Amino acid sequence: MKKVVPRETAESMAGKQKEIAVSEFFAKNRHLLGFDNPRKALLTCVKEAVDNSLDACEEAGILPEVWVIVEALHSAGHSHAEGTDNQAAPLKGLASKRSRSEETQPSLLEAVHPEMPHGVSPSVAKATRFRVTVRDNGPGIVRTQIPHVFGRLLYGSKFHRLRMSRGQQGIGISAAGMYGLLTTGRSVEIISRTGKKKPAHRFELQMDTQKNRAEIIVDQEQASWKPLPPAGWSAAAVAAHATVQGSLAAEPAAVQTDKTLSFAAWRHAVAAFEADPAIEEVQHGTEVSIVLEARFQRGRASVDEYLEQAAIANPHAQIHYIAPDGLQRLFSREINEVPRSPSAIKPHPYGVELGVMIRMLKETKHKHLGAFLHEEFSRVSPAVAEEICQKAGLTTMTWCAQVAREQADRLHVAIQQTKIMAPPTNCLVPIGPQQILKGLLKEIKAEFYAAETRDPAVYRGNPFQIEVGLAYGGQLPTEESARVIRFANRVPLLYQPSACAITKSVLDANWRNYGLTQPRNGPPEGPLVIFVHMASVWVPFTSESKEAIASYDEIIKEIKLALQECGRKLSTYIRRRQHAAHEGQRRHIFEKYIGEVVTACSKMTRVNKAELYKQLQAIANSRTLKADAQFDDEGNLIKLAEKPAEKDENVFVVERADPAVGE
Amino acid sequence: MAKKSRKEHEAVGKKLQNLAQVVVKAARFRRDPNIEIPTRALSNSIYDEKRKIIMLGDAKQTRSFFNLSQAKKFMQTMLIASGCNDLNDQGKTTSIRDLFYHCKHTIEGTKENTFDEQSESDPIIEDLEVAIGSLREELGLFAENKGSMVGAMTIVDDGDTIDLRRMGSGGWSVPSIVEKDVIQFKKHETQFILLIEKAAIWKRFNEDRYWEKHKCLILHGGGQPPRGVRRLIYRLHNELKLPVYVLTDNDPWGYYIYSVVKQGSINLAFESARMAVPKARFIGMSSFDVQRFNISHSVTIALKDEDKSRAREIMNYPWFKEKEEWQKEIEQMLKSGVKMELESLSSKDFSFITETYLPEKMKRKLWLD
Repeated sequence: MKKVVPRETAESMAGKQKEIAVSEFFAKNRHLLGFDNPRKALLTCVKEAVDNSLDACEEAGILPEVWVIVEALHSAGHSHAEGTDNQAAPLKGLASKRSRSEETQPSLLEAVHPEMPHGVSPSVAKATRFRVTVRDNGPGIVRTQIPHVFGRLLYGSKFHRLRMSRGQQGIGISAAGMYGLLTTGRSVEIISRTGKKKPAHRFELQMDTQKNRAEIIVDQEQASWKPLPPAGWSAAAVAAHATVQGSLAAEPAAVQTDKTLSFAAWRHAVAAFEADPAIEEVQHGTEVSIVLEARFQRGRASVDEYLEQAAIANPHAQIHYIAPDGLQRLFSREINEVPRSPSAIKPHPYGVELGVMIRMLKETKHKHLGAFLHEEFSRVSPAVAEEICQKAGLTTMTWCAQVAREQADRLHVAIQQTKIMAPPTNCLVPIGPQQILKGLLKEIKAEFYAAETRDPAVYRGNPFQIEVGLAYGGQLPTEESARVIRFANRVPLLYQPSACAITKSVLDANWRNYGLTQPRNGPPEGPLVIFVHMASVWVPFTSESKEAIASYDEIIKEIKLALQECGRKLSTYIRRRQHAAHEGQRRHIFEKYIGEVVTACSKMTRVNKAELYKQLQAIANSRTLKADAQFDDEGNLIKLAEKPAEKDENVFVVERADPAVGE
Repeated sequence: MAKKSRKEHEAVGKKLQNLAQVVVKAARFRRDPNIEIPTRALSNSIYDEKRKIIMLGDAKQTRSFFNLSQAKKFMQTMLIASGCNDLNDQGKTTSIRDLFYHCKHTIEGTKENTFDEQSESDPIIEDLEVAIGSLREELGLFAENKGSMVGAMTIVDDGDTIDLRRMGSGGWSVPSIVEKDVIQFKKHETQFILLIEKAAIWKRFNEDRYWEKHKCLILHGGGQPPRGVRRLIYRLHNELKLPVYVLTDNDPWGYYIYSVVKQGSINLAFESARMAVPKARFIGMSSFDVQRFNISHSVTIALKDEDKSRAREIMNYPWFKEKEEWQKEIEQMLKSGVKMELESLSSKDFSFITETYLPEKMKRKLWLD
């Protein structure tokens, strides 16, 4: 290296060729993980943290309760000047540690006041730096694992198995932390506790992108870790609480922030909780806090929308949301039952590509082909294994190591030709029609709800299950296109709708059949929300940022069938409602006017009023009956009177006071 | 007001009673009660070439009770009929607005009114007139007075003698019912009738005592002349053999007013025979007056698209179509692309219209037939 070499040689180049750390790659290609712009970064960060929390809770059989706190921070210069103590962790961590000393309460509140003189965060819309804090009541993470889980990309429990879960690769939360570090230089902070007998641990981590390892900045025991107050606690509620406890009674800020919600009000509630000896310590759970460059907005593809939709697909979760402008929302739990834990499965032979199979043949510990097929794949009985081998011109006793590429090719063809039972589907845990109905009911103010869970199906050997829910009418806007909300393994998909198989299926379905208007190549129009959920051990996303589902024929077919099933129920409802309204209106109109006509006639000529009234009413009834006759799609007369509405438990209709008479 | 004759009174009562019997009979036989109403629309108006007036055709529409779109109108028709029956029984006359209130009430057990606006009851009255073949006057109904008249004539109005030469600035208000039993014509020294579109211009003519100098009657109808004014012109024209001249703005609406006076209106085609004056003459304003009287272009108004299409429509009315003069007149309007108000003549002088414009036009016989 002392002499400058004018040209590279193969050897010198070899010296420079080295492995690129995955984390370094992603740091340079952040858009692949959903950090393309500041607004999306905020959403992705919340999404990854919440997904992890829900997954962890469900795996441990805990009913999830999640806090999502998004806080606007001052510009970089200001926050550095203030120091990290107040800025970086006023809600927890250092703050709660200090809360044990006498000065803690005032200092925390003091820290609040100069920042927010009027109890409102400084123009949230203009803020460019946010702290996202997500806390759950999950099982917690063992201390030694924390740096790995949060500090390394592609480190997780989910990638190596075929099992249904929200996260798939173990990229998400570490990527969010990495993004935060890249944009603000702030460490990721984690507090976790795994049980009553173990202390809570507090970490501050930074990612070493070169080594794909976490750099531990702080690793300490957290002596006190108090729960967060529920969302929606007004300042008054905090004050009342504080008065009872006698700790915050004279705090004027609590009164000031009484009318307008503000982030300060939330801090008061937190502080009150921390100071309250009557409130017990958190026993298990995890809190992750990331400071990142972002933008906060409401509306489409926002944090708010994500949480609203997550609440629909997860009616068993309780989600507290504290927005940077102080708005607090509680997405309450509707179902007190943790979804069944899905089991992991082996791959199904239909979904295995040739290259993968060759690799599996190489790596297997089974010597014989029969045992290999039987053990490494699902649904391959010894008999089926034999059939496959026969078709491929091999035997079950063929040595795996000796299967040549050509033979593997034949084996692959043979698999496709052999009838093999569909993969087991106990690995899938659908939300369930009743749960979907409850989820829709609590977040969407409609009048008709229907839900459908299809039987499991298979694409490329991966079992999946499609669920559809519809909410119609009520307070939904009538003039707009129907809103399609998409979910994969209970996670809302907010971006790239046009690339998604769900959107394609909705557009493909013929909604005119169901009494809705639908422009050419467009979604149906009317007061309608279409909920579509795909549950699968492996959801085929079109990209790593998990925004759209790839359009496999099998998936599209299942979605369409489910949409049709719900559509039929909706059309029955719409027709029945229209009919009832129509019939009621007709009869109503005639009956309304009969009295007037009879009186008028009686003034002009001698007439028996009561008799004339009866006669006219009889005509009215027979007329409306005749006009009631309707024809079905094939033109056959439907006798409506004798067709009572059958009870369908997967349909829910909000009764209205008087559906028939329109004034 | 003069009472209806006993015969008239009974005839109307009988007709209304028949209408009620339609309902009673239909109900007894379980049929849908319906009333036949001659259609009052352009499609059912026929231009009588011989009499030169618009007549109602034979087309009828059926208004039935047990038809969703007609049920309310049917009910309203019966209510109006019943209201007219009350009026007839008591031997009184009343205004159509009064009848509207007489029939307006909230339908029992609902929040709906039998009538919401007078604009709902007025066409029903017209329907009833044609359905039972009794004119409004026979039913004892009148509209609000609209229109004034002064001139060298004495009349008797409901028994009071009125000298139309001494009516001050406001003139005699033309009532809605001007039948012989109410209005009688006495001594006069007039030679023609001048119908002016607007009240404001009529006032100019009255102030300048045009009727005195030129020995005529001057009338206005406040825009489209109401039935009372038209019927009065008809009677004056036919009984006293006075020629009629119509003075309107120079715009399609003015042409239409003239057309209604001359041939009758489409909506009231059934009354043309007793209101239309086929010999009425159009004295102005003509589109050629701009040149004739050297009127400044600055007081003209550009035609709007709707004016143009209206003008073309009027051009194609059968009674205008056969007249070359009228075709030229309307073509000139379309060609020049402007319209004028009568007031535009004041750009010359306030009394230009009474002292120069009209006398000149009359002298040179610059009217259209």
